[in-house]
Amino acid sequence: MRKINLLEVTNIVKKSVIDINYNLDQSLVSLIRKAKDREIKDLSISILSDILENQEIARKGQVPLCQDTGVVVVLLEVGTEVTFEGDIYEAINEGVRQGYKEGFLRNSMVFHPFNRVNTKDNTPAIIHTKLIQGDKIKLSIASKGGGSENMSKVVMLTPSEGIQGVKKLVLDTVFAAGGKPCPPIIVGIGIGGNFEKSAILAKEALFRDLSDSSHDETIKNLEDELYEEINKLGVGPMGVGGETTCLAVKINYFPMHIASLPVAINIQCHSARHTEVEL
Amino acid sequence: MISLTTPISDSDIRSLKVGEKVLLSGTIYTARDQAHIRLIKEDNPPFDINGSVIYYVGPTPNRPNMPIGASGPTSSYRMDKLAVPLMEKGLKLMIGKGDRSEEFRTQMIKNNAVYLISTGGAGALLSSKILSSELIMYEDLGAEAIYKLTVKDFPCFVAYDIYGNDIFKN
Repeated sequence: MRKINLLEVTNIVKKSVIDINYNLDQSLVSLIRKAKDREIKDLSISILSDILENQEIARKGQVPLCQDTGVVVVLLEVGTEVTFEGDIYEAINEGVRQGYKEGFLRNSMVFHPFNRVNTKDNTPAIIHTKLIQGDKIKLSIASKGGGSENMSKVVMLTPSEGIQGVKKLVLDTVFAAGGKPCPPIIVGIGIGGNFEKSAILAKEALFRDLSDSSHDETIKNLEDELYEEINKLGVGPMGVGGETTCLAVKINYFPMHIASLPVAINIQCHSARHTEVEL
Repeated sequence: MISLTTPISDSDIRSLKVGEKVLLSGTIYTARDQAHIRLIKEDNPPFDINGSVIYYVGPTPNRPNMPIGASGPTSSYRMDKLAVPLMEKGLKLMIGKGDRSEEFRTQMIKNNAVYLISTGGAGALLSSKILSSELIMYEDLGAEAIYKLTVKDFPCFVAYDIYGNDIFKN
């Protein structure tokens, strides 16, 4: 059994949350640049220029890209051949606590649905744990903003609604969201499993590499078609109209009950802040 | 492009047309959901709502020697109903992001106010247009407290004007 140093986990989470909030992923920046080149309207070009200039200011000044520095989401994969001396969840939360303080990031978590009192250190992180083979642990860490999360949804379709039903649901959801989730967006979709599994699949889809495609041909085609059709909706940057509404569509799927076709749509704003670390 | 200085007059409001870029200078106030819930119940708030500008923002904490942290707009639709009593008291401009309800638009036109948007997610860029910030109400709300900001050429676009035009439907 390999012993994992929890202090190291805390440090990695701390560094990661600061880093992702200051430095936008360059593959994402290059997609935004291409989107800007495609735009025709001055207003849409101006908004994409702001977004590009913003990430330069944030990188050079080492300041947050966005005031909504998000809720920390961690996909934690734990090898069955590792042990921890202590509480891995607390180690992650300590990293969040230190990172949000030292990085001057905004604390956006409140304790209770109705009293809305801030937890003042952005904990707790939302942590999804999975067991894997081997003697390593992997943390996929995101700072997820509230505006785009609010436009996300889970719908239980019936199997007969099929691909067309999924497409209609996704297009309707993105169109109705308009400028609220800060387009151009990335759309993470989970199909199958059950009610809660579909939502986790959609979240996991948002962590995928921007340039990859589903290994399943039908799903890959659906990703490509939805990408084209979402961009034909004309929502455009920040909802003011334009050629680019989404930068990528990622679909993850899982087996499901014969009676069900669960679909979750998790919307990600243009400031997609996440990273992966293996220990 | 049009430059405006606070406080905002009725003739300023009449001059604003959808899609136009506005560079705003002067004093503006921050407020989000929780601050609105409290502010609409105040009989004598410490600033004059008549002619004022509210920016829907909850900044990141400011570093030493910086006037403010990242300060981009939050989604405006959450403040649709809460904005009405403030517009009735003379609130003239609201800055946020995203579309709003039909009821809001009707009330906005009735009260001779205008809705502006700034670029969502551009918090680092927009904070460079803010010269100073001062906490004036509801310290316990943290990032959601009301701050008085001094801005210089703060860039926005007219999203809804008083002539019934809508930037999201153009």
